[in-house]
Amino acid sequence: MSLLEERRPAAKPTAMPLVAPQIPAYAPWLAAVLAGGIAALAGLLLGWSLVAVVLVAWALLVVGLPAWSAAIEGERRAKDRLVTTIAWSTFALAMIPLASLAWEVVENGHAIISSEFLTYDMRGVLGAGGGIYHALMGTLIITALATAISVPIGVMAAIYLVEYGKGNRLARTITFLVDVMTGIPSIVAGLFAFALFTMIFGPGVRFGIGGAVALSVLMIPIVVRATEEMLKLVPEELREASYALGVPKWRTIVKVVLPTALGGIVTGVTLAIARVAGETAPLLIIVGTTTTLNLNPFDGRMATLPVFIFSSVTTGGKYDAEQTARAWGAALVLVAIVMTLNLLARAVGKVFAPKTGR
Amino acid sequence: MSTTTTAPSAPTAVSRRGDSVFAGLATGAGLLIMLALAGVAIFLIIEGIPAISASGEQAYGKDNIVVYVWPLLFGTLLAAVIALLIATPLAVGVALVISHYAPRRVARPIGYLIDLLAAVPSVVYGLWGRAVLAPAILPVYAWLADHLGWLPFFDGPARTGRTILTAAIVLAVMALPIITAICREVFLQTPRIHEEAALALGATRWEMIRMTVFPYARSGVISAVMLGLGRALGETMAVAMVLSASGLVTINLISAENPSTIAANIALNFGNASGTKVNVLIFSGLVLFVVSFAVNFLGRWIAARGQVKA
Repeated sequence: MSLLEERRPAAKPTAMPLVAPQIPAYAPWLAAVLAGGIAALAGLLLGWSLVAVVLVAWALLVVGLPAWSAAIEGERRAKDRLVTTIAWSTFALAMIPLASLAWEVVENGHAIISSEFLTYDMRGVLGAGGGIYHALMGTLIITALATAISVPIGVMAAIYLVEYGKGNRLARTITFLVDVMTGIPSIVAGLFAFALFTMIFGPGVRFGIGGAVALSVLMIPIVVRATEEMLKLVPEELREASYALGVPKWRTIVKVVLPTALGGIVTGVTLAIARVAGETAPLLIIVGTTTTLNLNPFDGRMATLPVFIFSSVTTGGKYDAEQTARAWGAALVLVAIVMTLNLLARAVGKVFAPKTGR
Repeated sequence: MSTTTTAPSAPTAVSRRGDSVFAGLATGAGLLIMLALAGVAIFLIIEGIPAISASGEQAYGKDNIVVYVWPLLFGTLLAAVIALLIATPLAVGVALVISHYAPRRVARPIGYLIDLLAAVPSVVYGLWGRAVLAPAILPVYAWLADHLGWLPFFDGPARTGRTILTAAIVLAVMALPIITAICREVFLQTPRIHEEAALALGATRWEMIRMTVFPYARSGVISAVMLGLGRALGETMAVAMVLSASGLVTINLISAENPSTIAANIALNFGNASGTKVNVLIFSGLVLFVVSFAVNFLGRWIAARGQVKA
């Protein structure tokens, strides 16, 4: 009797609490602000540099937040918060080069951009002055030629892989080789073009079309991959509907499959152009560089923006400052071209997205 | 589209020929790609063979081709491996942020920012590494040489920022978006039901990731690293512009005397090369081709094997 009576009241409080103690949802932000504040204050008092302040603030956050969490939430939650903080830190760290690069290119490049810089070549220019017109035209011509070579081959190869090959031995081999080709070092592509044209035209050959061939080696795999992915997304029903109406296979591909996948293909091709437009090494090998405007890709050296940047910086000598300034200006133009192409690709992808999405 | 209107007009007899022509074109394009890759190997071998007998003046003052290529190969591997040591943890972290930590609304712009890193031309990275990063990082090297100089890597003396370590950092930045993109894909492919099961058993987010995402993604991450390594091995301009190379074999990462890399060495010397020197450089390019081919092959193979398992 007395035992039972004593036991009854004791049973109630042992019920497990359903809610574990938790630090508030805004705790990470509060910790970040506190860590930043403490570090900034210490930095002001002790005269640290900005880098040191940021490092100390980060160290405080990485130690402080898990410690707070460990005190209230327990060790497992604390570990979780530690990893979360580190993961976000890796992202912040990865952004530093991008931010720095964007800032430096604009900061160092914008001053020299003028109508003269964009419309003059470097003929006879030693010190200040001159421009990148020849390099700009060279990049446009060679990239356009590379596109003209790569897109038909790349798209047709992708059509073979998806519409004709369908996983047979040859298709599997090609898919694999395309994968391997994406990994070819760009300079090896340049050496290939050089070796090829040396055997045809004799030693010491340099011309624009060789650069276009070298860039094609790099560009074709990108085009094939992008087109292949898009063609695979085209619903099988569309093809079957077309066959059912008696349309031959090739017309089905040209009139039904390709238009349906067009948006994605254009996006892929644009991204591929953006990728090879900034390619330097192959052009350095097979195209070389020159100071004057050369619009004929079949005869003689041509200047291109990437090689112009490289040679401006590495030549050195008396006019190093002027050459470096021009290199930054050319870098700004090149980055602007590449980024425009990237944005264009994304815009095209968005406009045509509903068609391929189904 | 206008398919239904054009379809009935196609007569059968013409279409057959059209079909075979079109199929032939498509197959031809596919074969051309095989031919191109074979061509890369064949032409490099043909132009590279004369280098095997080169010595003395024709081999840039080295006794034979092996003595010439070995330090370059060493530099190439050293720079690429350091770059990967830096880039891999960062890339895995960023990929986790995109796939599991960031809210979906934020994850998309983050992915876009990382893709921007991949879009920057390598020559601009080289310019940035040479003119911005190298001077900025010199004090760090001085500190390393002073305080960690007893390690062979930081022997110093730190007189220039244009060292193999700086080149490796630039390579890491360039390899990061590739590794991140692939890691992100494989992390996102983890079966939802595994993740939810872990969470339902009371796992924290980190425990969930460690128990479900990482085991599932292991082969994908390894192949991502291999592909990033392939990129770092073959990268030319960034190294050519950043590194002040003297072409010797050393593991001292921050001194003024650095091993060069194959790709950078070709880029810097090809313009002035003539005679057998051209063949010597092409031979070194062939070595690079073989190494990066092997690395990529291995990466794809691991990826393919992982896919079969999953």
